[in-house]
Amino acid sequence: MAKKKSPASKGAAPGNGGTGYKWPDEGFTVIPDWVYTSDEIYARELELIFEGPTWNFVGLEAEIPNPGDFRRTHAGARPVVMVRDADGAVRVVENRCAHRGAELCRPLSGSVKEFMCPYHQWTYDLAGNLIGVPFRRGLDGEGGMTDDFRNEEHGLRKLQVTTRNGVVFASYSDAVEPLEDYLGAEMIETFDQTFDGREIRILGYYRNTIPSNWKSYHENLKDPYHATLLHAYLVTFGLFRAGQRSAMIVDEVGRHGVIASARGDEPEIKAETRELKAFREDMVLQDGRIMDLVDEFEGPWTVTMQTIWPNFIVQRELNTLGTRRIVPKGPHAFDLHWTMFGYAADDDEMTRHRLRQGNLMGPSGFLGAEDGEALQFVQDGLRHSLPSQAFIGLGGTEEGTSTSPISESALRSMYRYYSEVMGLR
Amino acid sequence: MMAPENAGAVQPNTAALREFRLEIEEFNVEYARVLDEFDLVRWAEDFFTEDAFYRVTGRENFEAGLPVGLIYCEGKPMLKDRAFAVLETTTFAPRYLLHMNSNARVTQVGADEAIHAQSNYMVLETLVEDKTRIFQAGRYLDTFVRQDGRLLLKKRDCVYDSLIIPNSMIFPV
Repeated sequence: MAKKKSPASKGAAPGNGGTGYKWPDEGFTVIPDWVYTSDEIYARELELIFEGPTWNFVGLEAEIPNPGDFRRTHAGARPVVMVRDADGAVRVVENRCAHRGAELCRPLSGSVKEFMCPYHQWTYDLAGNLIGVPFRRGLDGEGGMTDDFRNEEHGLRKLQVTTRNGVVFASYSDAVEPLEDYLGAEMIETFDQTFDGREIRILGYYRNTIPSNWKSYHENLKDPYHATLLHAYLVTFGLFRAGQRSAMIVDEVGRHGVIASARGDEPEIKAETRELKAFREDMVLQDGRIMDLVDEFEGPWTVTMQTIWPNFIVQRELNTLGTRRIVPKGPHAFDLHWTMFGYAADDDEMTRHRLRQGNLMGPSGFLGAEDGEALQFVQDGLRHSLPSQAFIGLGGTEEGTSTSPISESALRSMYRYYSEVMGLR
Repeated sequence: MMAPENAGAVQPNTAALREFRLEIEEFNVEYARVLDEFDLVRWAEDFFTEDAFYRVTGRENFEAGLPVGLIYCEGKPMLKDRAFAVLETTTFAPRYLLHMNSNARVTQVGADEAIHAQSNYMVLETLVEDKTRIFQAGRYLDTFVRQDGRLLLKKRDCVYDSLIIPNSMIFPV
């Protein structure tokens, strides 16, 4: 592998966002280690990406059906509370008291009439407006706030909120574009196949910490090559197999994507596939129900895994449905919050089918567990070895949507976009 | 959970409860040994009834009545599929696991002689070149039945307190 340029050439070169880091001259067939390991890069990502003009996924409206219902969640790395206001609107506020900074909402979820900080009992309405300060006028004519204290200047930080078919997004930026423009028509088409307006039923939650950089999770779902190699369940049972009809769809900007495949299209299993470690002809399920497909979605695909920049994955793997929220935890780790769901109209057998099929996904899923392991291998490798760079040359230098799974074009698109946002060029 | 004296159609005497508890403890010791040895073939074969339900889920889900499972198996064939997948096809980092369990108690003996019991469990995980860590702490909520003289699990709900899983849970608990 080519020796990489040392980031030691610091000093605020123009066009590098003042970080001193510059994208390698080779372009987007390489990824320098420091995008995964640098504390400085990570701090810039929080500022420019998660807290910049992007839409962070925060949760589902079905989690907070009634006024006062709330849920602890995150916008990017920051703890926020998603709450249903008295008027039915969804609000997202920072989970931090305006007084001394305490997290004022500690339970995972619940229902309240107002939020009261446990420390000094400052009280906020469901929209985050300050409504009460104990001893505001002092005691016996002494102490208390001065006369110029205004409640409206000391509310919780309120994020921009938008929803689409029951999915809640929040932004720290006033300059963020409308969600429909942010996603683009092609991404909305896939999004709306899963979130088609049917009432959602929450089936439960998983959480895990993956000891890898948060971007590696996007990469994994923009990398159809790995899907044909790592996952025996995909390859053996034809959920994703080289030669099958599939696509890696990339939005115009390069930040969102959908990895899609259609089961049962291929005329025969290719010789190349038969030679793979992940292809197990001897693998016969004792209970085949996990692979059953109930045809319930529009469109040509049986699997769509959608990555929505910067923190959201929509999982539709046959009939197992879920959202995943990335919570970055520094350059070397991120938490993944999974919400598994079905539809309110599902009968008991359909719900159980989704739950059985859920064995594919999550931190103990036949696919999900392998991804977590592989991403740790990557971070361990590039964190501890001599600084170098990854090589992503499958498919040459092409970028954007690819119909061949043996291409890394979606990764190159993502890093072109990323390097622009981060001022690395 | 209900105390034994308040619950169930049958009220076994103290000595009988003690016998059940000892039998469950012996069962759990063997169960832990098999998992420590990664012997998932025996795990799937020797400890469950044919129609057993096995689930691993977070306490948050359990208390909210949410049905999802990290592992969700309806019947022994699904347990065997899980065993095969882990042992034969899954890619994961090498590790050692130690399974501890304690505090077994019978909570109810049903009229059908099903024994409802619970115990606490903990799994310690050691990855190569890493410190040993508590991988998971939780409770087994069990229903045992007797077949051919042996206790078997008709249901084991593994409900973990440790809501954030350290990376992947490769093996059942």
